[in-house]
Amino acid sequence: MNPDGIAFEHVTFAYAGTPVLDDVSFDLPEGEFCLLVGPTGAGKSTLLKAVNGLVPHFTGGTMAGRITVAGRDVHGSTPADLADLVGYVGQDPLAGFVTDEVERELAYTAEQLGVDPAAMRKRVTEIVDLLGLADVRDRDLAALSSGQRQRVAIGAALVAGPAALVLDEPTSALDPTAADEVLSTLHRLVHDLGVTVLLAEHRLERVAQYADSALLLNGGKVTAGSVGQILAASPIAPPVVELGRLAGWPGPPVTIREARRHAAPLREALAGRHPAPPAAPSAHEPSRRKSPPTESGPPLLEARAVTVDYPGGVRAVNGADLTAARCERIALMGRNGSGKSSLLWALQGTGKRSGGTVTIGGDDPATRKPAERRTLAGLVPAEPADLLYAETVAAECEGADRDGRVPAGTCAKILDDLVEGIDGGTHPRDLSEGQRLALALAVTLTAAPPLLLLDEPTRGLDYPGKAALASRLGRLAAAGHCVVVSTHDVEFCAEFASRVVILSDGEVVADGPARQIVAASPMFSPQVAKVLPGWLTVDEVAEALGGNGLDDAEGGTDDDARA
Amino acid sequence: MSGNRETAVSLRAARHVAHPAAWWGWALLLATAAGRTANPWLLLLIVAVAGLVVTWCRGDEPWSGAYRVFLFIGLSAIAVRMAFYMVFGGSDGPTVLFSLPSATLPAWAAGFRLGGDVTAEGALAAAYDGLRLATLLVCVGAANALASPRRLLRSVPAALYEVSVAVVVALSVAPQLVASVGRVRRARALRGNTSRSPANLMRTVVSPVLHDALDRSLALAAAMASRGYGRAAGIPAPARRATGASLLIGLLGLCAGAYALLSAATPAPLAWAAVACGAAVAVFGIAFASKRVPHTRYRPDRFGARDWAIVASGAAAVAGTILSGVFEPAALWPATNPLSVPELPMWAAGGILLATAPALLAPSSRGGTP
Repeated sequence: MNPDGIAFEHVTFAYAGTPVLDDVSFDLPEGEFCLLVGPTGAGKSTLLKAVNGLVPHFTGGTMAGRITVAGRDVHGSTPADLADLVGYVGQDPLAGFVTDEVERELAYTAEQLGVDPAAMRKRVTEIVDLLGLADVRDRDLAALSSGQRQRVAIGAALVAGPAALVLDEPTSALDPTAADEVLSTLHRLVHDLGVTVLLAEHRLERVAQYADSALLLNGGKVTAGSVGQILAASPIAPPVVELGRLAGWPGPPVTIREARRHAAPLREALAGRHPAPPAAPSAHEPSRRKSPPTESGPPLLEARAVTVDYPGGVRAVNGADLTAARCERIALMGRNGSGKSSLLWALQGTGKRSGGTVTIGGDDPATRKPAERRTLAGLVPAEPADLLYAETVAAECEGADRDGRVPAGTCAKILDDLVEGIDGGTHPRDLSEGQRLALALAVTLTAAPPLLLLDEPTRGLDYPGKAALASRLGRLAAAGHCVVVSTHDVEFCAEFASRVVILSDGEVVADGPARQIVAASPMFSPQVAKVLPGWLTVDEVAEALGGNGLDDAEGGTDDDARA
Repeated sequence: MSGNRETAVSLRAARHVAHPAAWWGWALLLATAAGRTANPWLLLLIVAVAGLVVTWCRGDEPWSGAYRVFLFIGLSAIAVRMAFYMVFGGSDGPTVLFSLPSATLPAWAAGFRLGGDVTAEGALAAAYDGLRLATLLVCVGAANALASPRRLLRSVPAALYEVSVAVVVALSVAPQLVASVGRVRRARALRGNTSRSPANLMRTVVSPVLHDALDRSLALAAAMASRGYGRAAGIPAPARRATGASLLIGLLGLCAGAYALLSAATPAPLAWAAVACGAAVAVFGIAFASKRVPHTRYRPDRFGARDWAIVASGAAAVAGTILSGVFEPAALWPATNPLSVPELPMWAAGGILLATAPALLAPSSRGGTP
C-alpha cells in the first residue's frame, strides 16, 4: 500500500438503511490525477466527501472501513481537523466562499490553521502565481468570471498545502473555455506540487484527457484501472470512447488525438455518405421525419432588438434578434455571462426586458398575467426544483393541474409520457436529477405552451440522462412545440439541436443550422466532429454505417490493429 | 464591456465600507432606543432613520434587499398584534368602535374572554405595541442589509468551534433568505400562481424560501468546515468540554437576564446582575478557548475611528431616550386613555436624528440611489 496517497480499505457506507458504498477498496498513489466515473446518483459525491470527513459528519449515516490520506487515518476527525490534509472544492464556488475578496479568500484556510502572517503572505503569493490569478488578486470575488472563481476556490483549498485535493464536478457550471482553464491548471498542479487529485465529473469529454487513472463507481462497487479500460467498460462514456467502441478501435482511445490516429479507415468507410436528414435525429427516435417546416409556417416567436439592463449599468442582453417557428430545436450557446439566461427570461416575459419587442403567436407575453403568459411560453429554470413545492410527485401534478385549470390527471399523464415508473409518493427532492427535470418539464407542459424554454437543463445529467432528455425534447418539437435550450454542453447540443444561436456579450453573433455553426467553431464543436469532420454524433455515424458499412469499418480497424 | 468594468470599480469602492460589527452595533442600539419607548412619532422616526441610512450606505449585494423584507415582516407583526387584540382583548376604554360576538372560556381555561367590544383606546395601544415590535424588526433588517455577512463570518472568533455550524447558519440564514425570495417568486410566476391567500403563500413561497435558505447556509457551513473553520485539532478533551460548558452557561445566563429585564416582576438590579454574569461567563469561555486555538489574521479588519463614530451615533439615540425618560417620561409612554395626539419627546428625537450620521460617514458608492 502506498502511504502518501488516498487509500480506501473495505469502506462501506449506508445512509438511512440504504447502502451507498459497498466494500470499496482502492489505492491512489501520491501525485495521481484520478477521475471518478459513475452514473448520476451512484454515490460519487458521497465517496468524495468521505475523504475529508464531510461524510458522515455533515450527512449522518453509518460508515465502516478505513480511509487514509497520506498515511493519516481519517476516522474520527472532523472536516475542519482535516483541512490541512485534504482540500475540498465543490461545484458552485460562490456557495462556499467565506469572504468577498480574492486574497482574503485564499488566506482563509491558512488563517484557520494559524499560519504565521509572514509565511501566509508568501504562501498566498505563491498560490496566486501558480493559479494565474495575479491580475485579479485584489479584486472582489463578485467581479470575477466563473472560471476565475473556480480557480480561486481551488487555490483556497491548496493554501494549507494539503496532500490530496478532492473536486466534485468542478466544471459542470462552466463553459468549455473556462473549463479548460480550470482543468489545465489542475493538471499543472499535479506536476508542480505532487498533490493527489480525485475528481468527479459528468462531462467526461472534458476531463478524460487530463487523467492518469480512473475509478468506476456503479451500484456501490468501485473498479479501478486506466482511463481507457474503465471508460471502455463504463455505462457512462464520452462520445470519443463510444465512437471507438463502434469502430472497434483498440484501447479505446480517450483523447481526440489518439482517436484521429485511428480514424482514417472509418473516414474512408464514411466517404460519400452523409448524415441522415434532417440534421441529427436522436437514436431513440429512429423514425425519419420530414424536414421540419421551418421556412413555410409563420414564425411563432419574433423577438426584435431585445435588451436587458441590470442596475449598475450592466447590459446583459444587447439588441438580440431571434425568430423561431414551431418544430424547431434551437440551442442557445455562449460563454458564461453572455446573456443566455437573461434572454430566455425576457422571452418568457417574467424576466426583465428593458427594450425591444417580443411576440409569441402575435401576443407580447410581458403584458399578460402570469397564468396566461405560461400558456404562451413555458420556462424551466436552471434550478428545476424551484418550480416544485409539493410534498409528493402526485400532489405536485395535482397542483399543476389546478394552476393550469386543466382536467385532473393531465400533468400526471404528461409526466408518464416523458418518463415511466416515477412513484407518485416520492418527494420531489428525492428524485434523480433527470427525473426532477422531467417533473418540472411536465409541470411546465401542463399549460400547453407552444414555446418551451429550458435554461441549462443538462447540469448534473450523465450521458444516458442527456440522451433521454434530447429524445424527449425531440418528440416535443415533432409534436409542434418550438424548443429553445440555453446550454454550453456541446455534446448535448450536437444531439439535440437543429439550429444553433451563439450569443456573445449579449449580442447574437451567429445563427444557423447546427451542423454549420458547430463545425465552424472549435469551442463549440463536439468530439465526433473533431475526429470525423461533418459528423456530429456517434448515433448518426452508426446509422450511416448500418449493415455493410460497419463491416468495412471493422475490416479497416483490423488492418490498423495488425499494422 | 465597459459596463462590466464599471461594476468592478464600484464593487471595489464598496469594499471600503464600515466594519460589519459597527453596523450591527448601530442597529442594535437603535433597536434598544425603540424598545425604550412606545411613542409612535419616535418609532416612525427610527424606521425612517434606518431606511435613510440603508438607502445611502448599502451596497449592491444580494442581501441588500433585507430592509424591505424586514419592513414587510414588521407590517405583518402589527397586523398580527391587532388581530390578537381583537380576538383576545386587552386594555379597554370608553370609545367602542364595534362589537364582536364574545365568548367567555370556562374557568379551567383561565376564564379568557374571546371577542367582545373593540375600543379605539385598546386598538391604539395594540397598534403602538405592534409598531414597537415592527421597529425592532426593521432595525435587524437594516443591520442585515448593511453588514456583509461574509465579513462578519470572518470576524467571528474561531474559539466557537463547538457550535461552529450553528454560528454559520445563524449568521447567514437571513441574508440567504433575502437572496432566495427573489428566485422563488420568479419561479412561482412561471407556475402562473399569483394567489395571495396566506395558505398558498405559506406553501409556495415561505416554505421553499426557508428550505432553500437553510440548504445554502448548511452548504456554506460545510464549505467553511472543509476550510478549517471550527477546528479543534490538538485541543485536549477536558479543555473543549470546559469551553462548551462555559458558553452554554453564559448563554443561559444571558437569556435568563434578558427575560428578567423584560418582565416587570424581577427587580432590575437582579436582572442586570444575571445579564452581567451571563456575559462574563460567555466572554471568559471564548477567551479561554481562543488562547488554545491557533488562529492568525491575514489582513485584519480594523475597527477604525469611523466605525466607532457609527456606533456612537447609535448610542446617541439610546442616550436621547434615557434623557427623555428623566425629563419627559410621559411623552415616552403616551397614554391611550383618554385618546390624545402624543407629543414628540425632544431629547429622544434629537438623539435619534443623530443616528443618521452614518449616512454622511459611510455613504456607499451607489450615491444614495434607492
